[in-house]
Amino acid sequence: MLGALVIVFREVLEAGLIIGIVMAATRGVVGRGRWVTIGVVAGILGAAIVAAFAGVIAEAFEGIGQELFNALVLGAAVVMLMWHNAWMARHGREIAMEMRQIGTAVSEGSRSLTALAVVIGLAVLREGSEVVLFLYGIFAQGTSGLSLLTGGLLGILAGAAFTGLTYAGLLAIPQRYIFAVTSWLIALLAAGMAAQSAQYLYAAGIINHLGETLWDTSWLLSEKSLFGQLLHTLVGYVAQPTALQLVAYLGALAAMFVLMKIARYRPQGRPVEA
Amino acid sequence: MRRLLAFAALAAFVIAAPLAAQAADDFTLTIKDHKFSPAELKVPANKRVTITVINSDATPEEFESESLKVEKVIAGNAKATVRIGPLKPGRYNFVGEFHESTAKGVVIAE
Repeated sequence: MLGALVIVFREVLEAGLIIGIVMAATRGVVGRGRWVTIGVVAGILGAAIVAAFAGVIAEAFEGIGQELFNALVLGAAVVMLMWHNAWMARHGREIAMEMRQIGTAVSEGSRSLTALAVVIGLAVLREGSEVVLFLYGIFAQGTSGLSLLTGGLLGILAGAAFTGLTYAGLLAIPQRYIFAVTSWLIALLAAGMAAQSAQYLYAAGIINHLGETLWDTSWLLSEKSLFGQLLHTLVGYVAQPTALQLVAYLGALAAMFVLMKIARYRPQGRPVEA
Repeated sequence: MRRLLAFAALAAFVIAAPLAAQAADDFTLTIKDHKFSPAELKVPANKRVTITVINSDATPEEFESESLKVEKVIAGNAKATVRIGPLKPGRYNFVGEFHESTAKGVVIAE
């Protein structure tokens, strides 16, 4: 039972962290609860569909379907996160000001909510499909599965609790810093996803360069340890990164900052259109 | 514009890269009763290697290795292909994540 709990918890953890960060980044925005819910529900439905077709996906494109799928899902999430950060770079200050002035929720930020709902949906889809497969395997094994199933369900609950913890922790940050902090978190999150996406393309044999491992810090912190996995999701920590992963990571960070800089730039004296 | 250029460069890279792919060596691993056979797989070092993992169990398994940088779900009674390397000579552990207590193995690159 404990084993099942740990496995499911580890899968839920990653999606949970992402949801926690997104919730903190959209604090005080009208309609955010609805979008987050839509993202989670769509993600779970998608996860069940992906799990049902796992065999088909794996064998598609001469056996690299799963890698392509993961690379695309991660790539799409990176694009959405970049778009959100660029949008926030342009409008974040006004939103923060408005929130201080009227002291309530603002509707402005809802424009980038769709992007973040997609990010949540994709995160739940990716991690959730593995949970569904794992739980399905337990069902398929029959009678002995009950305690495993309990463990799995407890794992989901523990993951959900962790999401709440992340959110509460981020909320402790004073309001005037929260956009800056969440922008950084989202930038690092996206960079880590970009590195993962590139590694999937390498595993699929679509990229065949820069595969050499640069260094190994697994003696210090394994990615499979709880703390290692937290860092892996949050900032893209990889114990044995390849040159390709480093290039993708730094490239995504650079692209993010260039985009934010462009978004922030305004010609003198002209009001900004959305 | 900058975005467009970057995207075009990436697209060109992604399309051109497979043309440079070298032929890989092929190996097979079988999962049965949540165990790998062979549990020790010798592969050539410094080369791209393809491993076909056949899952003969009815339940799905996730072939996973931190050091090989592989994470791949294999449905029940199905097979999947994983590409690894080039590896430096050494031992690389892998597990079946859904049955980690029994599904263990090691790739030996030499």
